[in-house]
Amino acid sequence: MSDTLDAQQGALRSQLLDQVAAAADLAALDAVRVAALGKKGAITDLMKGLGGLTPDERREAGQKLNALKDEIAAALDARKGALEAVELESRLAREGLDMTLPARPQARGRIHPISQVVDELTAIFCEMGFSVAEGPEIETGWHNFSALNIPPHHPARQMHDTFYLPDQDGAKDADHAETVLRTHTSPVQIRTMLEEEPPIRIIVPGRTYRSDYDMTHTPMFHQVEGLVIGRDITMGHLKGCLIEFCKRFFEVDDLPVRFRPSFFPFTEPSMEVDIGCSRKGGELVIGAGDDWLEILGSGMVHPQVLRNGGIDPDIYQGFAFGMGIERIAMLKYGIPDLRTFFEADVRWLEHYGFEPSDTPSMAYGLTK
Amino acid sequence: MKFTLSWLKSHLDTTASLDEICVALTDLGLEVDDVHDRSKDLAPFIVGYVKAAEKHPNADKLRVCTVETGKETLQVVCGAPNARAGIKVVLAQPGAVIPVTGEALKKGVIRDVESQGMMCSARELKLGDDHDGIIELPESAVVGEPAAKALGADDPVIEIGLTPDRADCAGVYGIARDLAARGLGTLIALPTEKVAGTLGKSPISVSLDLPEGKGEACPQFVGRYFKGVKNGPSPKWLQDQLTAVGLRPISVLVDITNFFSLGLCRPLHVFDAAKLKGNIHARMAREGETLLALDGKEYSLTPEMTVIADDSGAVGLGGVMGGETTGVEDGTTEVFLEIAYFDPIRTANTGRTTGIISDARYRFERGVDPAFLLQGAELATRMILDLCGGETSDLVVAGKEPEWKRSITLRPSRSETLGGLAVPAARQKEILERLGFEVSASGEALVAAVPSWRAGDVQGEADLVEEVLRVEGFDKVLPVALKAEGALSGPAITPVQRRAIAARRVLAGRGMLEAVTWSFMKGEHAALFAPVPDALRLKNPISADLDVMRPTALGNLILAAGRNADRGYADVALFEVGPHFASPKPEGQRKVVAGIRAGLAVPRGWTGPARPVDAYDAKADAQEVLAAMGAPASAQVTTDAPAYYHPGRSAALRIGPKVLAYFGEIHPSVLKGLDVKGPVVAFEVFPDMVPEPKNRVLTRPLVKISPFQPLKRDFAFLVDGSVSAEKLVRAARGADKKLITDAEIFDVYTGKGVEEGKKSVALSITLQPEAASLSDEQIQQVTDKVIEQVVKQTGAALRG
Repeated sequence: MSDTLDAQQGALRSQLLDQVAAAADLAALDAVRVAALGKKGAITDLMKGLGGLTPDERREAGQKLNALKDEIAAALDARKGALEAVELESRLAREGLDMTLPARPQARGRIHPISQVVDELTAIFCEMGFSVAEGPEIETGWHNFSALNIPPHHPARQMHDTFYLPDQDGAKDADHAETVLRTHTSPVQIRTMLEEEPPIRIIVPGRTYRSDYDMTHTPMFHQVEGLVIGRDITMGHLKGCLIEFCKRFFEVDDLPVRFRPSFFPFTEPSMEVDIGCSRKGGELVIGAGDDWLEILGSGMVHPQVLRNGGIDPDIYQGFAFGMGIERIAMLKYGIPDLRTFFEADVRWLEHYGFEPSDTPSMAYGLTK
Repeated sequence: MKFTLSWLKSHLDTTASLDEICVALTDLGLEVDDVHDRSKDLAPFIVGYVKAAEKHPNADKLRVCTVETGKETLQVVCGAPNARAGIKVVLAQPGAVIPVTGEALKKGVIRDVESQGMMCSARELKLGDDHDGIIELPESAVVGEPAAKALGADDPVIEIGLTPDRADCAGVYGIARDLAARGLGTLIALPTEKVAGTLGKSPISVSLDLPEGKGEACPQFVGRYFKGVKNGPSPKWLQDQLTAVGLRPISVLVDITNFFSLGLCRPLHVFDAAKLKGNIHARMAREGETLLALDGKEYSLTPEMTVIADDSGAVGLGGVMGGETTGVEDGTTEVFLEIAYFDPIRTANTGRTTGIISDARYRFERGVDPAFLLQGAELATRMILDLCGGETSDLVVAGKEPEWKRSITLRPSRSETLGGLAVPAARQKEILERLGFEVSASGEALVAAVPSWRAGDVQGEADLVEEVLRVEGFDKVLPVALKAEGALSGPAITPVQRRAIAARRVLAGRGMLEAVTWSFMKGEHAALFAPVPDALRLKNPISADLDVMRPTALGNLILAAGRNADRGYADVALFEVGPHFASPKPEGQRKVVAGIRAGLAVPRGWTGPARPVDAYDAKADAQEVLAAMGAPASAQVTTDAPAYYHPGRSAALRIGPKVLAYFGEIHPSVLKGLDVKGPVVAFEVFPDMVPEPKNRVLTRPLVKISPFQPLKRDFAFLVDGSVSAEKLVRAARGADKKLITDAEIFDVYTGKGVEEGKKSVALSITLQPEAASLSDEQIQQVTDKVIEQVVKQTGAALRG
C-alpha cells in the first residue's frame, strides 16, 4: 500500500513540477495551482484519501503528502515570481515614453538689470557700513536745488533740464512752493541730514528725471547717491571707499582708478572718478589698457550744504558721490542702448534680466 | 574749449612735451577731451611745384601737370580750374591716405594719360570746405617739405572740457597760468603799457542808463574810437590759429575780437563807428524792442535783457551778440571798440531765452575777469593799430569795476584734515601765489586774497584746499579704507525696502519678468484709472504722451503688454516695483508692487490644453508676494477693488481698514481705452501697508506633530450662487476649531442638475486627532456638526 502511494506521489510530483515549469504565464500557472492544490486538486484529493488509513500509515503518508504540498507550493511561488518579473519587464518595455518631449511649461522670470545692480550696490556698500535711504521723487525746488547750493534763478538750475509741476499751495516760500521731479538723488542727502544725527552713511538709489530724450538720455533714469558724514572723514576716505567700490563692482582686483578735479555746486573739493579701460578696435574692456572712462562724480560735502542740512560744518564733514545706475549697468553687462531699459520688451528682459535666485551678496559673490 | 599748442606757448614758456601738458591739464581739472595732431594726418603730403601744365590730349577740362617734388618730377593729371604752372601745391603721392575718403591714393591712368599723384583741395585734406580748386601754397613754401608746415597745420589742437566754475580757463592765458602753477613752465606776463590816444577825446560817449537795482547788469563799460583803420583779411598766423580751433576767419577786426575772447577770455565787440547814431548806452531792452543780430536773425528782446544801444536803438545784446546793422565790413575805416562787463546770471538767462550760443555768452555767463577791462582795452588797441593801422582816441570809461575783492583764511592743517594730504604751509602759499592769490600769514593761518579772475569761483576755505590739492595732485592723497564701524550694525535696508526686494525675487520665481516703465503716462490713459489732479500734471512734459504722473503702475505695464503682443508676444507676465502718485506731497508718493498677466497662463502643450489667465492667477501672485513680505495669512478678501478692475472679478486683500493688495481682471473698457486686447489680470501690492510685527520674536512656537493619521471627509452642498466660498469654508472650520485643521473646496459646479441661481460646492475637511484615534462615533459627531453649521450659516443644503 505504502509503496503504491509512494509511487503515486512520485509520479504526481514530477507531473506537477513539470506543469509548473511549463506554465507560460500567470493564468496557466494558476490553473496548475488549482489542479494541484485547489479544492478538487490532485494533492487535495490525496489528502482526503488519508482518512482511510491506519493512524500510523496516516502519519507517515500525511508527512510525505505535506512535504509534497509544500514543495509544489514553493515551486508555484518561485515560478510565479519568475513569470511576474518577465511580465513586468515586458510591460516596462511596452510603456516607454519619449523623454525628448518637453517638460510641463514653466515660465522663467527675470530681475531687471537696474534692480540687480541696485542689489549689487547695496551688497557692496552695506559691507562698508552704509544703509539704504530713499526719498520722494516729486521734490521742492529748495530740496532739489537751493539746499544743494544751486540758488533760485541760477542758470545751473535751468541746465538741469528740470520737469516742473504746478507750484504747491501753502508753502513757506517760493522755493518750497516750486515743485519739480527730482533731477538727481541728492535731495535725499538734505532730507537725511535734517532727520538724522551724524555719523551718517547712506546710499540712495532711485529714479531721477530730466527733460531730455535722445540716444544717450531718457526722461527718467536712475542714480545712486552716497553720503558719508562724520567728524574725521577726509578725501582719503572718499578715495578708499570709491576705489573699493569700483573694484568690487566691476570685479577687477587691480582696476586703475583716477580722481580728477571737477566741479559740482554741492561739493568742495569736487572730483570725477575714472576707471581704466581699453577701447582698442572699438571694444571697451574695463580694467585693461591705457584709456579712462568716467563713471562717477564725488567730492567733500560743501560746508553750506552741511549747514542747509542742519549740520555744523565746524564739527562734521564728509563726502558725497553719485552715479548713473543705467550707465554702470551698461558698462558692466555690455548693454548697448539706454532707451531699451524702459521699453519692457520681453525679449530684452529675458536676455538682459537676471535669474531670481541670483541675489548678489558679498559672501556668495555679486555675480555667478 | 579748443586751443593750439603754439597759442598756449605764446603765454607759457615751457619745455614740456605735448603729452606732459595733456596729463597735467587733466590732473589740474582741465580734462583733455581730445588732442588732434593734424600734422600726423598730413604727414604723407608734401609741397610740390607745378613746373608746367598742359591741356590733356583727350579731355578739355583736365590738365597734365609736371610737378617737382624736390627729388623727382611727376606727371599729375588734374581737373582743378586753378591748376597752372608756377604755383606751389599740396601733393599726394601714391599710398597717401586722403583724409576725406580715408582711402589710399593709387597710381592711375586718366583718359590714357598716366597720373602719378594728386594735388589736393582744402576739403580733401579736411582743412575746410573749399573744393573749388586745389590749395595754392604761399611762395615761401619749400618744395619737398611736409605740407603741414606750409599749411599752418603742424600745430596740435587740444580740446578741454571746461567745468562751469573755471571761467578763467575759457582763455588760453588762464590755462597757461594753471600749468605754470603746476610747474610746467613760466607764465609770460601780459604787457601793461598804455597806448596814448592821438585823436584825443572819443567823439562817441558811453553811458550806463540802468534802472535802480539793475546796475549789476553792466557795471563797467570801456570804449575807444579808431579812425583810418583798414579792415581786410587777417595775417596768416591769426587765420591759422582761428581755423585750427574751428573758427572761420572773417576780417581782421572781427578776428581780433575772437582772438581776445579765446586767448584772454576777454570778449570784445567792434562797431563800425560810421554806422552808429549818436552815443552808446548800456540799458535794459524795451518792451517790444527787437534786434537783428550778427547771425542774421531777428530777436525779440525783453526788459530783463541788457542791450547796448545808440541813439536810434539796440545795436547789441549785452554779453551775447552784436547787431548786424552796425557790424564792421571790409570798407570800415572808423571803429568803436566795446570792452564791457556783463552780469553772468543775466547773460545766461538772455542766452537761454534767445537761444543764442556764442563765444561771448559762454564767457560772460561763466564770469569774465572783472578787473581786466582797462588792460584788455589797451591790449586790443595795440593789436588793432598794429594790424589795421589808423589812430585812436583816449579811452572812454563808464561805471567802475564790480565789487569782487575777497580774502579767505586758510588753516594749512585743512589740506590734511579735509583733503587727506599733508602739505607744508610754505608749499601751500607758493601754490596759491602761483595761481595769482596774494597770501599773507596770520598766526598759524594763511590769508589769501582771491585774484579777480577767480572771484566768482573761490568763495571759502574748502575752495582753497581744492586749489592746493589739485595743483599738488589728487593722486597724492592716499586712500583710507572706510570700515564698517560698530560691533553689530543694523540691517542696511528698512523693512519696507526688504519687502520690495522679496517681492521681486518671488515674482521672478513665479515666471514674471521685471520691467521698469516711466513714472509718467498720458493724461487720457491715466484718467482711465483715476482722476489726475492738476498738481500731478507736468508743466513741461517731454511729450504729450507722458504728461502726467501715473496714478497706478498698471497702466504702463498693460501698454507694455500691448506692445509685446504687437510684436508677436501676446502671453506676457510683467511686474514692476515703482512709484504711483496720488499727490505731490511725500506721503502721496507710494511705492507699489504691481504686476499683470496677459494672454495664456498655460500655453498649448502636449501635456494639456491651453488656459487663459484669470483673476486667480493674479490672486496667487498677490498672496505669494504678501507671504514673502511677512503679511499674516489672515487677510480678508473684500470685493471693493478700484473701478479699473472687473467689478465681479476683483477683490481687495485687507487687514481691518488697511488694504494690502488689489487683484483681479482689468476692466474691459480700460483695456479698450488703452487699445490692448484682453484678458489681462493684474495685482497691486502695497508694501507700506503690511503690518510690522509688534514684538519681533525670533523663536518660533513649538511645532505640534501628531502621531495619529489625519482623516478626510468630503461633502457636497447646494448653495445660493451668491454665497462666497470663504463663508462656506469658515462655517465648516468653525464646526470644531480644534479637530478640523483644514477645509478645502475641491469642486464648484453649476449647470445640469443644479437649479438656476444655485451652485454645488464640494468641500473636504481634514480631521487631525491629537490624543487618540477617532472612533466612528466621534467622526460622525463632527461631520454632523459641519453640516449643521454650513446649513445654518449659508443656507446650504447637503446634496444627497
